[in-house]
Amino acid sequence: MSPDSGGRRPVAVVSFAQSSQVRRQDHRNDVEMLMPVVEEVFSRIGVTKNDMGFVCSGSSDYLVGTPFSFVSALDAVGAWPPMRESHVEMDGAWALYEAWTMLVAGDADTALVYSFGRSSPGQLAKILTLQLDPYYLAPLWPDPTALAALQARALLDAGLAGEEDFAEVAARSRRQAMANPHAQLAFNRSVEELMKDDYVVAPLRRHTLPPITDGAAAVVLAAGARARDLCERPAWITGIDHRIETHALGARDLTDSPSTRLAAEGAALGNPPDVQVAELHAPYAHQELILRRALGLAPQVEVSPSGGALAANALMVAGLIRIGEAARRIMDGSASRALAHATSGPCLQQNLVCAMADSATGGER
Amino acid sequence: MSQTTAPDAAGGRVTMLDTPIHLDYAFTAGQAQSRFLKGLSEGRFLGQRCPRCGKVYVPPRGSCPTDGVPTTDEVELGNTGTVTTYCVVNVPFQGQAIEIPYICAQVLLDGANLAFMGLIQEVPTDQVRMGMRVEAVWVPPEELGPSMASVRYFRPTGEPDAEYDTYKEYL
Repeated sequence: MSPDSGGRRPVAVVSFAQSSQVRRQDHRNDVEMLMPVVEEVFSRIGVTKNDMGFVCSGSSDYLVGTPFSFVSALDAVGAWPPMRESHVEMDGAWALYEAWTMLVAGDADTALVYSFGRSSPGQLAKILTLQLDPYYLAPLWPDPTALAALQARALLDAGLAGEEDFAEVAARSRRQAMANPHAQLAFNRSVEELMKDDYVVAPLRRHTLPPITDGAAAVVLAAGARARDLCERPAWITGIDHRIETHALGARDLTDSPSTRLAAEGAALGNPPDVQVAELHAPYAHQELILRRALGLAPQVEVSPSGGALAANALMVAGLIRIGEAARRIMDGSASRALAHATSGPCLQQNLVCAMADSATGGER
Repeated sequence: MSQTTAPDAAGGRVTMLDTPIHLDYAFTAGQAQSRFLKGLSEGRFLGQRCPRCGKVYVPPRGSCPTDGVPTTDEVELGNTGTVTTYCVVNVPFQGQAIEIPYICAQVLLDGANLAFMGLIQEVPTDQVRMGMRVEAVWVPPEELGPSMASVRYFRPTGEPDAEYDTYKEYL
């Protein structure tokens, strides 16, 4: 597969910022949480909102129970004079996808992408149940951990993993998170120690679950020459795609992620992908194992060095952070090729894969 | 949590499904609105000024929606303002707390750049008008709380009406 942008107009991530990811942001509202992040993502590259050709956000009104919260969130940007703006009721990674299409099509040269999510004000387990099929599944109120446990059980039954493998993912993620100043949950505990945790829903022990997180993130995208002007080492998007699987959990093979595999193909990634870093959005520890296999990641690839979603899992934000973290590694020169993954829905239902490369590796060709 | 209605006569098929949903949330007022609400419990209107454009927002939301910057300077506003626009409510609805007809108005406090909704009383409904000068009537001190219910209503001050130009931006 070619590492270039496939004949399309080259588009890159040129700036990334995120808030502290915390258990409860109860002294600031959405706008007050988001404003410093937008300020930082602009100041890193010396631009203002007036330099943005497009603005796109990702969030969900269900999280805080406020209708049209995405409209009031625009107060954090300042929508005057009138701007071209859009919103997706999804993780910010999908807002980035929409912005990328605008830039590729030549409709804008720059875009601000942001997302915010506070999971603490509501009853998260109940809220997430409302994304299920409303006739057969939602009325049973299966919470997300119960559904993830079914998936983990399927992995064990298929002989594809053991409970120690889940603990290894959790131990490594939280250890890597110790170097991430934005992480909410970071510690250095051995697999042996973690295996003493109680089950929350068997076979998932406490350590295999993501934390409940409040947070925000923002990215600036730029096309062609504008990207080179704004950033010494732009993280060129060489491919990006997203795919979704059926609503019916019973009709899926929960031990595999065919939508991730297809999205990776769509993002022009080979199998195995030629990357040094992979930021995977795997909220539950066992899901990293499924994603690694679907992507065909080689053992030497650095996986979720930020700690991933096990270190902080602000809904609607954690996927965009994966793209930002992977891009940051290219922008700071510590990687030349990286991939980022974002997920949505129960048991990895929908998946987005974004491949990035630096200029020298052919990202801009 | 859910229930099905009785099967229909035709073939015992389920024809309807009720799935009651109820979600509870903890509301986060945020720093700026918390200051505003605390002000109400002291019988004061507290707004915030944009450091860039100078506009004063009350109630404040912590940012200037025009400039997208934090509004950090707190501004205490007075008790008087101007009716920018209004309507007379003649329609009864469930849970109505006030006898109809009554007047619901947008009130622009003196020195503010954002109008908010308030009741106008102590004036016949056919005498309220755009530009009318009004003042807040607060509940007794022992009933003050962090809520707009601390302001019972606004009433005419008897001053001459404000010039249209002074409030035309806030309709």
